[in-house]
Amino acid sequence: MPGLYLKEFMSSISVQNLHASINGQEIIRGLDIAFSQGEVHAVMGPNGSGKSTLAKVMAGHPDYEVTEGDIFLDGESILEMEPDERARRGLFMAFQYPVEIPGVSNANFLRAALQAKLPEGEELDATDFYHRLYEKMDLLEIRREFTARSVNEGFSGGEKKRNEILQLAILEPAFAVLDETDSGLDIDALKIVANGVNKLRGPKLGVLLITHYQRLLNYIVPDFVHVMHAGKIVLSGGKELALELELKGYDWLKAEDAETSAVSQTAAVK
Amino acid sequence: MSTANNTIEIDRSVGDFHFDIKSARDAGTGLTESTIDYIVDAKQEPDWIREFRKNAFQIFKDKPLPTHWASHELDAIDFDKIRYYLASGEAAKRSWEEVPDEIKQTFERLGIPESERKFLAGVEAQFDSEAVYSNIKKAVSDQGVIFVGSTEGLKQHPEIFRKWFGKVIPTGDNKFSALNSAVFSGGSFIYVPPGVKVKHPLQAYFRINAENFGQFERTLIIADEGAELMYMEGCTAPKFTTATLHSAVVELVAMPGAKIQYVTVQNWSPNVFNLVTKRGMAMEEAEIKWIDCNIGSRLTMKYPGVVLKGRKARGEVISIALAGDGQHQDTGAKMIHAADETTSNIVSKSISVGKGRATYRGLVHVPKHLKGCKNNTECDALLINAHSRTDTYPAITVRGTGNATQHEASVSQISAEQIFYMQQRGLSEGQAMSLAVNGFVNDLVRQFPMEYSVELKRLIDLEMEGSVG
Repeated sequence: MPGLYLKEFMSSISVQNLHASINGQEIIRGLDIAFSQGEVHAVMGPNGSGKSTLAKVMAGHPDYEVTEGDIFLDGESILEMEPDERARRGLFMAFQYPVEIPGVSNANFLRAALQAKLPEGEELDATDFYHRLYEKMDLLEIRREFTARSVNEGFSGGEKKRNEILQLAILEPAFAVLDETDSGLDIDALKIVANGVNKLRGPKLGVLLITHYQRLLNYIVPDFVHVMHAGKIVLSGGKELALELELKGYDWLKAEDAETSAVSQTAAVK
Repeated sequence: MSTANNTIEIDRSVGDFHFDIKSARDAGTGLTESTIDYIVDAKQEPDWIREFRKNAFQIFKDKPLPTHWASHELDAIDFDKIRYYLASGEAAKRSWEEVPDEIKQTFERLGIPESERKFLAGVEAQFDSEAVYSNIKKAVSDQGVIFVGSTEGLKQHPEIFRKWFGKVIPTGDNKFSALNSAVFSGGSFIYVPPGVKVKHPLQAYFRINAENFGQFERTLIIADEGAELMYMEGCTAPKFTTATLHSAVVELVAMPGAKIQYVTVQNWSPNVFNLVTKRGMAMEEAEIKWIDCNIGSRLTMKYPGVVLKGRKARGEVISIALAGDGQHQDTGAKMIHAADETTSNIVSKSISVGKGRATYRGLVHVPKHLKGCKNNTECDALLINAHSRTDTYPAITVRGTGNATQHEASVSQISAEQIFYMQQRGLSEGQAMSLAVNGFVNDLVRQFPMEYSVELKRLIDLEMEGSVG
């Protein structure tokens, strides 16, 4: 195993020629993207381009079927893995619409999730857990009474998104796919969430930031930007690409539909 | 898959073991007048009890089975093949050392002596028809609290016993209360003197060891004016291929200002018919609270009730039912308002897993002439699988203008999105399911004593692990 010999082993995810459909309708149509720990990649694109589907397929949502291609985590295919196994291997997804779980407190939920990552027979120490939880909550400026509330139940949009970031902070995955984390947030909530993500940025976290709007990228500055259209990455570049999109909008994509394959090949970044 | 299943096998079998024990007192199979004579003689009971039992036997024979609501499941009970009385013929011991080895081992495996040391004020352990162990901490008995078996109660404290026995639940209340009245044995008699507040719970544990057996304990609890008490009961039986019958009658009397909490965690094996009548009478400003949890048995029919007899009396039923494959939990509550300003609260949550069936059956009665009565009824059902079933039959009659009732019911399912969300955080499907189910009952479980809520959570985890592929 490389980790034994290399001081800084970088984990990576590679999505290759991915085709995925829901109810027989193909949404992802030959998508390639690769990213590593320590990098922040933004995936932008118009509504209906398949951005959220990409996130769900990576996480293993049971409604989607992969018909072709593969997703590799450090060279190993994850397609046959259950969602929970992918999660335990270090793939985290922040939901666009976080789900409510009535009666289950945030603290209990996080504790169960951390416990699930431990090898069988190992017990999570309660004191350590709360220490870690409070530390992360302080970092993200979340009040203590939050721990006793049921997961996402009765939360405002901003609270739900912040809770996703708290879970990310606690679980410390190698990769985080943030699915439209900015949707439904006012500017103050957006800043808080972006601030949280920035605090978690570092060499051990790879981020795939899925967003429709450029404004999130004013607060979380990506290393790479990819444009998605009709189920594929059609353009990749540095952070300046996001600004270009801001000016041009997405309409030009439609005009170039016919030539997209050519564009995506020439614009490959890595 | 195999590990999950193994865990279930192992843990489901907590109570699934038995010893071949020859009972010195055995009334034989089937029920006739001579069975009753045998029981009365073996227990050396007074004549009034013999008459009471024989009268009850007539009523039992005359009453039809209540097949109109529990479908035809009750037809599987063959009253001629049941053994009605099995005992060693020895009095209950005051120390575990004196209890015969195999019986002592049984209760040790079930953790009873350990719980007693840790947090209980007194314990009665019943093995088949009679208590084999009965003890109350000296500090509690010194306060004048009586905690004995029903036979001792009726012999040693007739002045209190006779006053209330059969008064809260008359013999003819239903076929099974009549059966119990005919052949009852074991159960507790408790009297708490005025103003005495028993700090720690008293516990009874009911163990069935024999096959083709019927257990008919009879419990009578009286909390005198301003007294307070918590009583807990647990139960298990080995799994036999034939039907086992458990038919108890429990009567509670809360005198003015008294408080009684009665906690049950029922975990009978899946061949047990659990047909129990439980009712309390609450006098002025008294409070009776039933905390009732049904996990085991093949069919349970149990509707703990409170007759709110005195002004400002309060009654409450908190009920959790878990119906797995092959199980039918037909449970609920009865609140009979019989005085002004009485309040009642019913919260029932049921979980149906696999082909399990949960039924809520409630009765709330507030007559027209009363004023200021309030009832709140909430029943929530959770269905886990497509074949799971739940039914709700609330019968709420509130007459008169000065009374209020509130009723809410819901049926829900754990959504695929909830499971996916939890799986995305690293929980297996089974873990996600049990977390969601525990969340569903969490607000009720918190009302259970600590030791029971931990046990309950563990049982739910096991049940859910088995419910997913």
